Amino acid sequence: MAVPETTAISRQQITAASAVHRGPAQTAKQPARQPAQTAKQAARQPAQPTRPPAVEIARLRKAYGPLVAVDDVSLTVAEGEIFGILGPNGAGKTTTVECATGLRTPDAGTVRLLGLDPHADRDRVHEIVGVQLQAGALPAKLRVGEILTMYRSFYRDPADAGDLLEALGLAAAARRGDYYGSLSGGQKQRLSVALALIGRPRIAVLDEMTTGLDPRARRDAWALVEAIRDRGATIVLVTHFMEEAERLCDRVALIDRGRVAALDTPARLAAQARGGKTVRFVPSAPFDDRLLTELPEVARLDREGQQVVVTGTGELVNAVIMTLAAAGLTARGVQLDSSSLEDAFVRLTGQPVEGAIA
Amino acid sequence: MSALSLSRPLRPRGTASRATPKSAAFGQIVLNEARLTWRRPVVLVAGVGAPVVLLVIFGELPSFHKATAALGGFTAFDLYVPILTVFSLAMLALLGLPLPLASYRELGVLRRLSTTPVPPSWLLTAQGIIQLGIALASLAIIFTISVTAFGAPVPKSPAGLTLALAISAVGLFPIGLTVAAVAKTANAASVIGRLAFFPLMFFAGLWLPRALMPNLLQDISNYTPLGAAVQAIQDSILQGFPPAAPLLVLAGYALVFAFLAKRFFRWE
Repeated sequence: MAVPETTAISRQQITAASAVHRGPAQTAKQPARQPAQTAKQAARQPAQPTRPPAVEIARLRKAYGPLVAVDDVSLTVAEGEIFGILGPNGAGKTTTVECATGLRTPDAGTVRLLGLDPHADRDRVHEIVGVQLQAGALPAKLRVGEILTMYRSFYRDPADAGDLLEALGLAAAARRGDYYGSLSGGQKQRLSVALALIGRPRIAVLDEMTTGLDPRARRDAWALVEAIRDRGATIVLVTHFMEEAERLCDRVALIDRGRVAALDTPARLAAQARGGKTVRFVPSAPFDDRLLTELPEVARLDREGQQVVVTGTGELVNAVIMTLAAAGLTARGVQLDSSSLEDAFVRLTGQPVEGAIA
Repeated sequence: MSALSLSRPLRPRGTASRATPKSAAFGQIVLNEARLTWRRPVVLVAGVGAPVVLLVIFGELPSFHKATAALGGFTAFDLYVPILTVFSLAMLALLGLPLPLASYRELGVLRRLSTTPVPPSWLLTAQGIIQLGIALASLAIIFTISVTAFGAPVPKSPAGLTLALAISAVGLFPIGLTVAAVAKTANAASVIGRLAFFPLMFFAGLWLPRALMPNLLQDISNYTPLGAAVQAIQDSILQGFPPAAPLLVLAGYALVFAFLAKRFFRWE
């Protein structure tokens, strides 16, 4: 499932468009982020042996009777990381995070959260880990503010309720004194996120955080997740929105049939799925193939009627457009096909993304 | 983002203050439980409103104020004061307590709470406090109205009455907790609570005061929780310090059902 993107011809616009484009090829992550490690590297040598990783799951297994929900999951999440857990329905994502947060007892394997055992160190873990669960309603006849004030009182160093309500777009509902029962599905969802974050957790586990949110609310929730990460928290995000994983996550684990099918940055997972990306355009005048095939970014060039199809890697679009411009040529009807995380998902799990909307 | 407290850096690990405002958290839980009880006043209507209305109706009936030999020389109204007292206690214990707990489990409130530093058992304790508070208010209303408005006798043994009421509550509340433990949903809790309430109230003498029951029914009634509670409360009002038998029966129910509730209660 490629992401076609038609852009205008001029170089500035191409650059702007590629900056907006959320395809993995651009790897639009700030360089300030910590270097992404592969699971293997992380397991072999933790970044700082004195500081345990935020989340360390080793050989986790959990079955419900004959149904094996989690077969063998191992992963390590570094402090300050936004870590995505993706997978088809029933792949074991939710069971994995439920075991990780101590809500369920695994049949085998170990879980450590900042070095703490979620069962043995229950009290300390609940102080530093905020969990937003997929299911879980609240009493209909409590007001938004009353619920948040109560949950706030559970923690030693909580966030400001007003700030959190503002950031999640619930301030108006709280001011009106809306009852939980009268909230929309999206508002309930956002309140659930607020309850997970009100304790200013060091680790926030968010299960399907943006499911049921409209695009704007989703973007607000993403901004909030980035804000709390920027103050040093670690975020584990269970999601089935590819766009969300590509936009937010430093690394992603694809879980399929209770196992980790792949674990890498969204960009690298996407790159693995297909050998690069493709640019299509119609040149303003004929040119020699070698003009482009000699570029290091370009792997091959095909002509389909008037259209030129260039396949390659790296900053392919920029390289092609700038080279053409230098030769006095312009490109019309530029289309960028880039393999996405979704391609990786489909290829690795052999099934389409659940409820894919994008 | 303007959210200052969200971007405030986290405290370095291990420096969090040990002083937890646990009492503040518990106070917040009780406060919200009280709000919920007030905003959806099913329990207040059934557990306080209904017995008080019955008390006033019985008090207005002239025939209820004639002392009869068949009733041991007491009036029907005298006998209905303890029965309606037990009505109130039983309604609060069998429906008031299990309904919210089963509903919280069904909704996932208890599960959500178990991800916070606050144990879900606090919600149960808070509910117990609320129901006991309602029970105290209800008993105060029932005794005040019956004595001042309808001339019922002042309790002969206030100490005995206090003891009888306390042991009745201790005997009945674990039964409600057991209902909450075995009911999977709030609806199931409501059905089980009602199915238990009406036959038990029969043995308490709601339809036929114990004094008028045939011997066999009276013997059975002595061993039912509500029958024993009525016996203990009635004796402390009309005769003096209650005998040991009904108190021991209630204590026995307390032990058995406390064990069952603990054994079967699930937080999710």
